[in-house]
Parts: sequence; structure tokens; C-alpha cells
Amino acid sequence: MLLLIQYTLIFSSVLILVALGGCISEHSGVINLGLEGIMVIGALGGALVMRYCNTSSAFVMVMLSILAAMLFGSVYSSLLGVACINFKADQTLVGTALNLLGTAAATVFVKALNTAANPDDHSSEIEYVRARKMFIVNIHGFEFNWFMLIAVIAVIVVAVMLYRTKFGLRLMACGEHPQAADSVGINVYKMRWAGVLLSGALGGLGGICYILAGVSIWKFENGVAGFGFLALAVMIFGQWKPARIALAALLFGLFRALSNTYIGFPALAALNLPSNVYNMMPYIVSLIVLALTSKNSRAPKAEGIPYDKGSR
Amino acid sequence: MEQYAIEMLHITKKFPGIIANDDITLQLKKGEIHALLGENGAGKSTLMSVLFGLYQPEEGTIKKDGVEVRINNPNDANDLGIGMVHQHFKLVECFTVLDNIILGVEPNKLGFLQKQEAREKVLALSEKYGLRVDPDAKIEDITVGMQQRTEILKMLYRDNEILIFDEPTAVLTPQEISELMLIMKNLAAEGKSILFISHKLNEIMEVADRCTVLRKGKYIGTVNTKDTTPESLSAMMVGRNVNFHVQKTPATPGEVVLSIENMTVASKVHKNNAVKNVSLKVRAGEIVCLAGIDGNGQSEFVYGLSGLEPLVSGKITLCGKDITKASIRERSVMGISHIPEDRHKHGLVLDYSLEDNLILQTYFGPEFTSSAGFLKRKSIRDYANRLIEQYDVRSGQGAITTARSMSGGNQQKAIIAREIDKAPELLIAVQPTRGLDVGAIEYIHKQLIAQRDAGKAVLLISLELDEVMDVPDRILVMYEGEIVGELDPKKTTQEELGLYMAGAKRDEVKA
Repeated sequence: MLLLIQYTLIFSSVLILVALGGCISEHSGVINLGLEGIMVIGALGGALVMRYCNTSSAFVMVMLSILAAMLFGSVYSSLLGVACINFKADQTLVGTALNLLGTAAATVFVKALNTAANPDDHSSEIEYVRARKMFIVNIHGFEFNWFMLIAVIAVIVVAVMLYRTKFGLRLMACGEHPQAADSVGINVYKMRWAGVLLSGALGGLGGICYILAGVSIWKFENGVAGFGFLALAVMIFGQWKPARIALAALLFGLFRALSNTYIGFPALAALNLPSNVYNMMPYIVSLIVLALTSKNSRAPKAEGIPYDKGSR
Repeated sequence: MEQYAIEMLHITKKFPGIIANDDITLQLKKGEIHALLGENGAGKSTLMSVLFGLYQPEEGTIKKDGVEVRINNPNDANDLGIGMVHQHFKLVECFTVLDNIILGVEPNKLGFLQKQEAREKVLALSEKYGLRVDPDAKIEDITVGMQQRTEILKMLYRDNEILIFDEPTAVLTPQEISELMLIMKNLAAEGKSILFISHKLNEIMEVADRCTVLRKGKYIGTVNTKDTTPESLSAMMVGRNVNFHVQKTPATPGEVVLSIENMTVASKVHKNNAVKNVSLKVRAGEIVCLAGIDGNGQSEFVYGLSGLEPLVSGKITLCGKDITKASIRERSVMGISHIPEDRHKHGLVLDYSLEDNLILQTYFGPEFTSSAGFLKRKSIRDYANRLIEQYDVRSGQGAITTARSMSGGNQQKAIIAREIDKAPELLIAVQPTRGLDVGAIEYIHKQLIAQRDAGKAVLLISLELDEVMDVPDRILVMYEGEIVGELDPKKTTQEELGLYMAGAKRDEVKA
């Protein structure tokens, strides 16, 4: 039971962080379909710090890997910004390209790194046993991960930012009615860039959180197993609102956690279902939930439409 | 010396191949309401874009309070206290009234919004100028009139001194229009200077002190409204005398052509029925107008009638045949012609040539398609050329012009040519004069009446009050998806019509 809660919370944290990233980007008017790729690149940044940074201070390690993940995510998401905001490319296509590129680039990079260190090593793995321990506090068998706290803080910060600040009001205006925002002197391009970069930072953060969730070694060929897309489902189910995103993430996180822990529940184990069924659960649930709820969803009105100052 | 709030002196703005503004001078006095009158394409929007810094003029200067200023972008204009209510409101629909007003000039401490402060200022302004709004209501839930008041408050909140209203009455009911006129007078009395862009002469006569007229990019003159008449203003605007009142003989209705019984159509946007249990009849040789404020189910009614949307319930009969379940093409072949509301979406394939657009509904017939299934290009060209001549459709390259490159008026003429030439039993004309200038409107009204006189049934759906009063033989008023009144245009008044349109008055109407 404790294990189920632990896994639920850590997977929910991943989904919360990434979905909040998507939420900010979409409120600014840019659909960020590239979250999956951004997560991988963010994870790569964090993993590199964890592997090569020799600090013995847990605080320094945690901070450095978080910053690296956010930085990598932001820089990578700027590809989306340049293509979609400045060059007005199709946001869906660019997002998909980011996903394809993310996993591939990370794999090639890590392989090259490993081969350079040891000519016989052609793996795409990074190992971070020592560093992972610094993220975790063991409370009577419950492995508390700092990311659980970070996710909670992120929900609060994003909610306050969207609904209580000047920045949030302007950001959402750009996603709803950019012409209106422009007519009152708001620079739509700047606000959209801010939305994309913040979503990159949160996506990268989600990426490092994901690879730390269960294991101490990450094979970059695997990418992040569709968690970026799952986060988009969470965002839609959460109606682009931070608090509801958090609740939606808990639901999806629970189903993901079940696949790791169902053995521990005699009732579930007795059903004797193949483990694949549990592994499929989060994805099937997201299909069902979206099919049932997307009819009522209200996305930011101008999302996906490149803003062109000239057309009015 | 006169005090001018803003002066635009000898402005000339050229675009490749056209002089949009040719030596235009506009002087706005402090505290006056000044109308800017002109047809579409007369240069009004270009002049306003120059004032807002969107375009830089080749020649001419702009002075504020007698001092020359440079306006390079809309923010400069804002800084000079110039504000504008756009024809299409620039409001964020899911935001509250208050959020929309403060957007861009948010009172804040360290980036955190201070809404209480904003609310007090907004309430004070709304009190002072009689602008009733609910600051916490969302834009999508309030009436168009209240949305417009929000736009006005946006300007006042920014302490703008020069207020520009771009065709503000197009979307309002008669009651809302008189309310707006009152508000404008109040604002002027408080010392604000107002520029009122319009082509509605009676409104200009009522509210404006002076009027500047543009025609085809040229400055025609500035007159005091109390020294002029609507007729002479109109002659200045068009360059010739225009007949305001549509000439027509009394209708001689014949057999019932269209009969609708208890039609209900669902709304695409909301989850309710947009058209509720509507019954009506249209007879040969009469024009029936379905009047109402935009968004009261007229669009859905037309979708149901033309077959674009299925009915929830009800029955449609055309010349005695049940067409409730007929496809769009079947209806078209059986004699329904449809001049759609949105000519770009439902009227034309914009990237097709004019000739291909003219045969969109008839291409499959033996006159345009050979028995082997190939298009007969020669016949199509001949047919198109005949229509272009007969209906005076003007375009750059004749039959092969891309529809997109044609002017709105000529696009509409092309649609009318296509729909009328089909010799329909029933002609549905949805806002056929929307966005067109006086000359084109006159032409279209004549065509509708000619159809009527040829013994066809005409169903006109219109939002324009003048059109509703002048063109039809019977008026049916639609309010929230129901027909709430039947009026005789010869006996009713605009005020009475307005009450029905606003839902303040209703009768039981039998089809």
C-alpha cells in the first residue's frame, strides 16, 4: 500500500510538472506537442549532471540537476519558439519533429559519450546510483522524493501566476484573442516566447523526475514512454486549470503506479491478469477519459494559430 | 483661433497601384462629435490606420492640440490619448469585463494584480457616464451592447481624450443604438472628442456636429450637420443621387412555395436547440423577411432549411413535396437557391476561378459535363461570360479570375448571378448586403424585387433595420429561436420592430 502511494505520488509529480508546462504554453497560444521530446532532453541534462558532478552535498546536487534539466528543456523548446512563433510554422508538425528528434539526439549523444570513455561501450545508458539517493528521503519505508514537493509548489506557483498576476492575465489574453492583446499594447510574440520557454523548463523538470522515479540507470533509447502525451491528456482532462490538472494527474499516476505494484495486492494478483494489462492501463484510461470528456473541453481559443500582426 | 484636439493635415498614403488617401484633411474639435462618412474603399480605414501609426503617410502631418506629433505605432497613439472601439470588438471572451478593461494597463504591486483599485475606478467611470456594466460578468455571457460599453470603458479607463467609434451601431438593436447616441453625447459634453465612423446617414444627422466625407480616397468636404440633409450627404458620399427608398409595387402573392412546420434545429455551439418549433410559409411573388438580432437562431434556421444541418424535428415542404430528408444537392435541383451568410465559407471556393464558382451547383448537368464525365470547358466559359455580362460582375481577368482576388461586392454579385440564374422557386438571401456599399446594396435590392415580380418566393434574412423595413412584404421577427411576431412593414415602425427584436414584445404567431 505504501509502495502504491509512493509510486502514485512520484508519477503524478511527473505528470503535474509536464502538464503544467503544456498548460502555460497553450494559454499563451502555442500547442506544445513536443513535450515528450523536451522531457527526454531535460532528462539528459539532469542525468549528465548527476553522472559527472562529484559534489557530496545533496542540496547542491539536487539544485544543479534541476537547473540543468530546466535549462536543457528551455533551450530545446526554443526550437519550437523559433519555428512556430517567428516563422509561423505548423505547431503540430514542429512538436512531432521535436519528439522524433529528442529521443534520437539523446541516444546518439549518450552513445558517443560512452564510446569516447570506453571504446567497447556502445550502450545509451547513463547510471546515477549515488546521485539518485540524494533526491530521496526515507521515512519509515516511504521513499519521499523532493520532486513530490516541487510538484506541489509548481501547482501553487502556476495557479497564482495565471490568475493573480499581470503576466498571467496577459499570457492568457494572447492565447485567447491575440488581436485584442495586441490592440492594448501587449507584445504577443514576447508573451508566446515566454509561454514556450516556461513550458520547456517544466517539461525538462518532468523529464528528470521521470527517469529518477524508479531506477538508477536510464537507457535513453527508451525515451519517456509516452509520458509527454499522457501529460497532454492530463492537461485536457484538467481543463487547462492548474488545480484540476493536479487532480487529473493523481488519477493517471495511480493507474501508472498500479502496474508497478499490483503484485503486492492479493486481490489484484489473484485475478492473474498478464502484467501487460496493467502496463497498458494509463494509456487506455486516457483514451477513455478523453473520449468522454473532450466534448466539453474548452481549449484556449487562439491556440495553434500563428499570430500575424498584419492580419486583423 | 479654433482649438483642435487632433488634426490630420493633407495626408497622402499610397499603396502599389492605388492612392488610398489623397490629400485628406480631418480636424477634430475639442468636445465635438465628428462623423467620418464614406463608402467601403473610400479610405476611412486607411486614414484611421495612419492615425494609429499602423501606416506612415507619404505626405502630411498630424497635430495634437496644435503641436505636430509623430505616431509610429499604436502605443504612441495610446500615449497621446487616442482610443478606438473597433467594429469587431477586441475583447477576450472568457475574461471578465473588469479583466478586459485593465488588460495592458493592469494596476499591480510587484506584478500581482490589484483588482480592487481597478474595480473602484471602473465603477466610478460607469456611474459618471451612465455605462451600465457588471464588472464580474464574463464577456461571453453578456449582450453585445454591454460588450460595447466595456470597450468604451476601456478607453475611459486609459484616460483617452479622443475616442474613435468604428461603425459602432452595426451590431446593436434600435434601443441600444439610441442609448449609445446618448452616451456619445454625454462623453462629448464631458469634453471628450469623438470621431464617429459610419455610413448610416440618419445616425450621423442625429448625433454628429460636423461630418467629413471621403470618396475614393479623396477629401470631398466637411459640413455642419445642421446645415445639411441626408440626401446631400449621400450625394457627397456616392457622387450621384441615390434612391433611398426601394421602389416596388404591392406584392401579389400566389401559391405557397415553402412551408415549414414545427422546425427545430440544434445549435452547434451550445447544447440547446437554436431554432425552436418554427413554422412559416412563403408564397410565390412575395418577399418575407426573417428579422432579428444576430445570433437568435437565424443562421441555424438557414442551415436547417438549406440542408447544411439535419433537423431535430419538423417538416419542410417545397412546392408540395416533402424535402425534410433531401440532401443539399436534391434541394438545390428542386429549386432552392441560397445566397449564404458567409460568402467565403459557404458561397465560393475562393481559390477556384470565377467560372468554376459559377457552375458549382450545376457542373454535373449535361450542358457542362459530357457523357464520358469530362467537363465541357468551352460551354462553361461561354456560360460564365454570359453571366458576367448580364450581372455586371467586375474582375481583373474575367472568367478565369481567382475568386479570392475579387472585391467583396463583386464576389457577392457572382453568387447572386449563380443563384438567380438557376431560376429557383425559392431564393433564400441571408444578409445579402452585408459589408457592401450603397451602390451595391441598391443593385441587390433591385434583384430581389425582380425575383419577386417574376413570381418567385424570396426569403430574406437580415439584420439591417433599413433593409428589413424597405425590402420585404412581410416581416417575421425571430428571437431566441422562436418567431415572436409578424409585422407589416407598411404599418410598423422601427421602434416597434426593435421591441420585438429585443424580446420585449411578442405575439402568438400562426404560420
